[in-house]
Amino acid sequence: MSIARRTILALALAAGVALPAMTAAEAETLKIGVLATFEGAFTVLGEDSERGALTALDEFAHKAGGKDIEFIRGSSDASPDSAVRAARKLVEQDGVKILIGPLSGDEGIAVKEYAKTKPDVTFINGSSAAQDTTFRNPAPNFFRFSTDGAQWMAGLGTYAFKDKGYKSVAVVAEDYSFPYTQVFGFMAEFCKAGGHVPSKSWVPIGTKDFSSVIAALPDKVDAIYVALGGADAVNFLSQYQQAGGQAPLIGGSITVDQTVLTTKGKLHDVLIGTPSAGPTADTLDTPEWKAFVDEYKKQKGAFPSPSLFAHAYYVNAKAALLALNEVKGDLSDGGKAYRAALAKLSFMTPTGKVSLDQNREAIADIFLTEVTQGPDGALLNKLVKRIPQVNQTLGIDEAAFRALGTVSRDNPRCP
Amino acid sequence: MSLLTEVGSPAASRPHFPELFTQGHALLGFVLLVYPALASDFFVTQIGAYSLIVGLIALSLMVLAGYGGMVSMAQITIAGAAAYVVAILGDNNSGVHGLGWSWWIVVPVAAGSASVLSAIFGWIAVRTEGIYTIMITLAIATACFYFTQQNYALFNGFPGYSGLRAPTVLGVYWRDPQPFYYLCLTVAAIGYVAVLYAARSTFGLTLQAIRDNPRRMRAIGFDVTAHKVFAWWLAGLLAGVAGVLLAWFNGRVSPGTIAVAPAINILVVAVIGGLRHPIGPFVGALVVVVIQTFAIDIVGAERFNTLIGLFFLVIVFISPDGILGLWARYGPHPERDGKTSG
Repeated sequence: MSIARRTILALALAAGVALPAMTAAEAETLKIGVLATFEGAFTVLGEDSERGALTALDEFAHKAGGKDIEFIRGSSDASPDSAVRAARKLVEQDGVKILIGPLSGDEGIAVKEYAKTKPDVTFINGSSAAQDTTFRNPAPNFFRFSTDGAQWMAGLGTYAFKDKGYKSVAVVAEDYSFPYTQVFGFMAEFCKAGGHVPSKSWVPIGTKDFSSVIAALPDKVDAIYVALGGADAVNFLSQYQQAGGQAPLIGGSITVDQTVLTTKGKLHDVLIGTPSAGPTADTLDTPEWKAFVDEYKKQKGAFPSPSLFAHAYYVNAKAALLALNEVKGDLSDGGKAYRAALAKLSFMTPTGKVSLDQNREAIADIFLTEVTQGPDGALLNKLVKRIPQVNQTLGIDEAAFRALGTVSRDNPRCP
Repeated sequence: MSLLTEVGSPAASRPHFPELFTQGHALLGFVLLVYPALASDFFVTQIGAYSLIVGLIALSLMVLAGYGGMVSMAQITIAGAAAYVVAILGDNNSGVHGLGWSWWIVVPVAAGSASVLSAIFGWIAVRTEGIYTIMITLAIATACFYFTQQNYALFNGFPGYSGLRAPTVLGVYWRDPQPFYYLCLTVAAIGYVAVLYAARSTFGLTLQAIRDNPRRMRAIGFDVTAHKVFAWWLAGLLAGVAGVLLAWFNGRVSPGTIAVAPAINILVVAVIGGLRHPIGPFVGALVVVVIQTFAIDIVGAERFNTLIGLFFLVIVFISPDGILGLWARYGPHPERDGKTSG
């Protein structure tokens, strides 16, 4: 009989597993899922993105459309699988009808594919910025109020070639779709201006030892374009400096972000003067931006200035809440009216006006920046130039832009 | 190496194969069959079916470690190989490969190639023992992970393949929650019974004898290497079938599926559950899947991995044989109950 008795114990365990499912009843509050990377190489980024989303929630006093709003967190480790698993849990178990996220490029593409199987759930991007999340095979219920990685590079290629005088640049970037998109955006302008990119090094996310990459960098380049994020950027930059690297740097949007600039150590000297471009600039002095920074700083563990992840999650969360106000919190039609409201939404963010194109992709201002030391010694991205209302095709005619092909390791090329 | 403690040593009172299935099994089977009627879709697939898949992969590790004394870190790699075959030969929407073959060709080819790959891994690994087997299989798993991540021609690099769909057979779409759960349950049950049977077959007993004393077995004329490689092939078949289910479950496969963390996860599942009996991996899978899914709701986003780690630490600390060990120690004893059963 012993096995039978053991099985009864197992049954008790199984019942414990099944019970919470049955008690997950409708609450009066409206739950919104927030999916970000709370583990892995991008943890710091994920935590800051949560601060951004919470800033928006605080701005609305935790209410929208007449309902109390509650955030439920989901965590991924920046791999597409984990993002889909977390999204599934939020949608299918926690029953959220609105999901904000994810954080990184390929996660965005994977969640977009998942969105197609859940037409009644509205997906709003976090900060993921791969081009094909919205440009090719978009999902009708996936909205992105933050710009993509190629848009973020607007103006940088021209600036590097004309103002900085770099004629040939080597690329070091992570090996996935977001850096491909960034490199694409940079090279689209840089190559057109007459520049050359003789070598590209693609490194896996989470690389610790960059010595072989650094050794393989060509000597004759004028600068190195670095598109690495979080811990990867810190590791590469410190190892490059220790190896005696002298070439000036050009930064991808997340390479000279606050998540990297706040790192302690000798990186200061290497980073000062690095040009970059992105959806935010730390020294922007409009009252809207300053108000946003003040609100952001009230969050626990905030950086001196919000990272672009905090900014992107803030903008997307704000869009989610604004549209909820517009439909008075009514999602009973499977979210149809809500999505219609989102598609028409146009509002002022701390960084200027944002609106959507027909692929539900943001059109917004982009900022050309340069790393500089603030009065208190902290590193900041100084605003060089503001490029107004950049669209996804970077101002190029859509058919011509599409003809440039999918972003990849080898596209574009100009050796 | 508590991992390698003896499992089911041959004894005179060994019951015959059919006698192994007691009322306990009937009751458990009944519960598993009616479970979808009681639980939400999320619990049916994301907890139920996923636990069965992870359990099946861990079962393949249990076969190698429990009966063969070979702890492999590469079982998720083997499952991943089958998943990649499904993506390459079947349909995907990543625009790379996706030859669109029918499921009844793809599934056997996927499981078959995974088992052959497993035999090759085994053939490399049988030259080593104990901790060196762990190291060499970990090296293989890591190498495969980085290779798939950087190879675009065959594996489509970091993003891998998405848009993998289970087939529609007999008018049923097999990725719908209930059918998929029963599919996984059937496969897991077949795997479980097959392992129970194989462990008592001539081959299984020989394998356990080889685990206990390879030199003596070699001396009396058994081909030790061949037996071990065959065990790898069998384990690869289990992991390969689980890999096909995993591809359908996730709808995608990428290097993240076969990274080092998932590889360790499988080992954790097997150790938590216990390597004494084929039910162990499934118990471990259920516990691990539940805690990994819900830890974030208990302690918030910042520290939930710490909670998972602490939980595993506690289990391993109080019972080196995993949950099955706890059961054996604190649960009812067969001897005391006056009946011999496995």
